Amino acid sequence: MAEMKKSSHSPKKYPAVIDQIYNLFDNNVLRYFTFFIIISFLIILPQTSSRFTQEVMSNLFFYITVCLGLNIIVGFAGLLHLGYAAFIAVGAYTTGILSAVYGINFWATLPVSILAAIIAGLAIGAPTLRLRGDYLAIVTLGFGEIVRLTVRNIGITGGAIGLIGIERPVIFGYVLNQITHFYYMFFILAILAIFTSYRLHNSRMGRAWEYIREDEDAASAMGINVVSARLYAFIIGSAFGALAGSLYSAKMTAISPESFMFLHSVMFLLAVVLGGMGKIPGVILGAAIVTIFPEISRDIGQYRLIIFAFVLLLLMLYRPQGIWPDRQYISTKK
Amino acid sequence: MSFWEIFAQQLFNGLLIGSFYGLVAIGYSMVYGIIKLLNFAHGDIYMFGAFTGMVALGLLSPAFGNAWLGIIAALLITMVFVGLFGVTIQRVAYRPMLKAPRLSILITALAVSMIIYNSMLLITQGQARPFRTGLTHESFFIGPLRLTETRIVLLVAALALMFLMHMFITRTMYGKAMRAIALDRDTCQLMGINVYKIIAITFFVGSSLAAAAGIMAGVYYGTIHFFMGFLIGLKAFTAAVIGGIGIIPGAMLGGLLLGLLEAFATQIPFVGTVWKDVFSFVFLILFLIFKPTGILGRVESERM
Repeated sequence: MAEMKKSSHSPKKYPAVIDQIYNLFDNNVLRYFTFFIIISFLIILPQTSSRFTQEVMSNLFFYITVCLGLNIIVGFAGLLHLGYAAFIAVGAYTTGILSAVYGINFWATLPVSILAAIIAGLAIGAPTLRLRGDYLAIVTLGFGEIVRLTVRNIGITGGAIGLIGIERPVIFGYVLNQITHFYYMFFILAILAIFTSYRLHNSRMGRAWEYIREDEDAASAMGINVVSARLYAFIIGSAFGALAGSLYSAKMTAISPESFMFLHSVMFLLAVVLGGMGKIPGVILGAAIVTIFPEISRDIGQYRLIIFAFVLLLLMLYRPQGIWPDRQYISTKK
Repeated sequence: MSFWEIFAQQLFNGLLIGSFYGLVAIGYSMVYGIIKLLNFAHGDIYMFGAFTGMVALGLLSPAFGNAWLGIIAALLITMVFVGLFGVTIQRVAYRPMLKAPRLSILITALAVSMIIYNSMLLITQGQARPFRTGLTHESFFIGPLRLTETRIVLLVAALALMFLMHMFITRTMYGKAMRAIALDRDTCQLMGINVYKIIAITFFVGSSLAAAAGIMAGVYYGTIHFFMGFLIGLKAFTAAVIGGIGIIPGAMLGGLLLGLLEAFATQIPFVGTVWKDVFSFVFLILFLIFKPTGILGRVESERM
């Protein structure tokens, strides 16, 4: 048909350039070679770069980890989560309180913070994941506010002023206190997050998530337990966030409720949507744009968020699948 | 103060705050009923309405001798203006997305909310602004109840707006069309209803009611600020869920109920004013767990 109606929401063919890049990376040798180059570059980078670059880069790794965690919930399982910053707060405050108030070793707090995130994820996910997606969005938003207001109002978190004096992590008697140390720490975390994301995506659970995202009823008819699969996505995603939060609190040594506001949840979501929901390299790209764009555009300062919001709006109108979406992206849901 | 004095006072406060929640919740509920969208920008429209009202009042009140006349004129003009603003948002951002996946339109709403919120943050420089009405705040007593003229007028006005809204929904052709679209949009289109026009009217009415609530909150609290919309957006959604989302009387009822709950929660030991917001969100979650259809909602047999 010559006059086929072009709908912006039907499955689209990618522009030729992106398709070519895709096909290029179908070649395994080239793919692993590229990975090798990028990773070697990132390992050498702190030896030759300024403090500022390292700061921005470790921030980027933090964002990558967080966004990949959120991607499991939003991208893989298709659950809109608007309170993700609260789960980072859970991790950060668990580590913060345990190390600053009780003086527990940083590394020992990590399992506790993951456990706390799992409990929080269960508490909010178990009752609400049976509901439709929109309700989940507002419940997570409400939960984010509950967490923020709670840490503001109780004594052990330091209230509105925040928690200070979080201990530096120590490895074999060697205190991690330089920005370079944290660069490598967050780098390892990001690599772990990427690796885990890939493994999850290709796992049985990952395929179940994808199936539920595309057609919940069909998935359920095929014998997938929709609620438990969603709950897994929710818990695993939360654990990613909490782990990143723990490391964040160790890097900052001081945290306050204002670091975990709704705005931050929106920024994480923005990164995931911008890059391409469900696509791991896409999410990394989104995280990179969200972190690096503000750094190179300090002049526009306050207008940044308005511009961001406009970008998001235009993106939703003209390319709802994101910049670098999953190749199998089919939007059939209404 | 004796128990009954506190009780009467909190009852009145709860009804007043609850009527603000209800007015905002109507817009939330109508939009959700008609296009199944959680309009995150609705709280920001309320905030925008409060600021527009402040400007309108500043321009108009010298022209009128009486403070109340000035407020009423400002209220009407603001309601029309913000209503049209809501329609514009709908036309630009939501209408092209009506056939898009649900997640996309939700994110669009989030983006609109961010744009309004941050624009107002820039304009006001993050400062709270006084809402000057020129009203006197002399208080008097009715029985145990300490009242001001302003508060009584506000409560009456809010309830009157709700009543008008109810009439609009139940008695006019547009109201009928809205309810029909909420049931089945495609069939309505086949029956010759101009669906886009009705959706635009819905946004007009919802936004103007939110603006009215914004002005009333300005009169009540005396100051307005750019972040006043975020919390009330959440509260209004809670109210809409409590009443049964998509059901207009439910939104009003839910709003009043939530207002009362919060007012009485401040009197509970260990809850107080600090925890009252947490209290409402916990209440929202509990409601979603045990009765997601709300008080007036029926169980939906079909699944989305």
